[in-house]
Amino acid sequence: MTTEIKADHVSLRLGNHNVLSDISFQLKGDKIYGLLGRNGAGKTSLLSLLASFREPTEGTIRINDEMPFENDRVMNQVNFVYAKDQSNETETVKGMLEFAERYRPNWNAEYALKLVKRFKLPLDQKVDALSKGKQSALDVVIGLASRTSVTIFDEAYLGMDAPARSVFYEELIKDYAEHPRCMILSTHLISEVASLIEEVMIIDCGKLLLHESVDTFMSHGLSVTGPAEKVDQLTSGLHLLKQQQLGRTKSVMIYGQLESGRRAEFESAGFELGPIGLQELFIYLTEHEGDEE
Amino acid sequence: MREPMNDGRPIFVQIAEHIENEILEGSLEELGQVPSTNQFATFYKINPATAAKGVNLLVNEGILYKKRGIGMFVAEHAREKLIEKRKKTFFNDYVAAMLHEAEKLQIEKETLIQMIEDGQK
Repeated sequence: MTTEIKADHVSLRLGNHNVLSDISFQLKGDKIYGLLGRNGAGKTSLLSLLASFREPTEGTIRINDEMPFENDRVMNQVNFVYAKDQSNETETVKGMLEFAERYRPNWNAEYALKLVKRFKLPLDQKVDALSKGKQSALDVVIGLASRTSVTIFDEAYLGMDAPARSVFYEELIKDYAEHPRCMILSTHLISEVASLIEEVMIIDCGKLLLHESVDTFMSHGLSVTGPAEKVDQLTSGLHLLKQQQLGRTKSVMIYGQLESGRRAEFESAGFELGPIGLQELFIYLTEHEGDEE
Repeated sequence: MREPMNDGRPIFVQIAEHIENEILEGSLEELGQVPSTNQFATFYKINPATAAKGVNLLVNEGILYKKRGIGMFVAEHAREKLIEKRKKTFFNDYVAAMLHEAEKLQIEKETLIQMIEDGQK
């Protein structure tokens, strides 16, 4: 069965602070989703609602048509992997794996051991004695080997160095290809996950800014470079994310679906056209006034 | 193998082009089996849906064909078809850019022709 997550007008208030306001979306099917947002945008808050660490103030969340909060049937199929404070965790790596095995019905011990080897984790060492990077790797191993229908990685790989992250991405794709499930990646390392995710959600200041397939999202960005005057003339009225000028050459970033024929018009004007990367699009769309200071 | 995933164009287009090049260069033979979308996905660390989209692009063009339950194969005459297709874009993709650069550098037509002749030896 493929997974379906539905958020319906979800809001979260903590004290008198609106952390999330009126968020609605549907995640249909076993895909890899990317949740992007700036610091404090509400990513972790939203994910902790999906993982039922808390309840929304308003609205509902349903996972496969069931309310997940304090619902065992749903909860043992949802795994929220995040960077916890493990400075007092005296359990060994092996002990942590055994613990996970008890609570995760789809746990694959063989796969877990294979990952332990790939990340070079010492089985008998206590977790609090591991480096930050190794602690993250252990979280990731448990997240992958649990094979839960909903697996959320919230900056879980923060402490991992570049080679370890590369192993993580490789294992994630390999295991997802063989055992498709709903995976949600929340990260600041956007360029690293851009090719892994199929749909992107961006939240900004507690609101859902957009949710669409990565292909659609990327197709809405276009960078146009040419003689300044001509660029101004032909791009007036369009949604411009950024403008830069160097001498008489101007470069603008356009966002939005272009009318047919517009591209050809740019081409015949001799403009240089190019795509805008996911990370750049994200940066310009979530930039607020005063950010430059 | 080339690293095709970072030239800015959609990844599925690059996957399709990568397979095309393998066919043109003979690494993939006609009627031979193509790696599965999961293998492409794992190798390039890309979403399997993206890999599938690239492969399907070539299925729609009749370059690859699907054998149900077995996998994806290179179609008969795929190479010929690809040569025809690439020839059509050769002028725009390569010759036009070369002429533009030559003009900037004020390279004469004769010199250009000489360079091509020397290069082909």
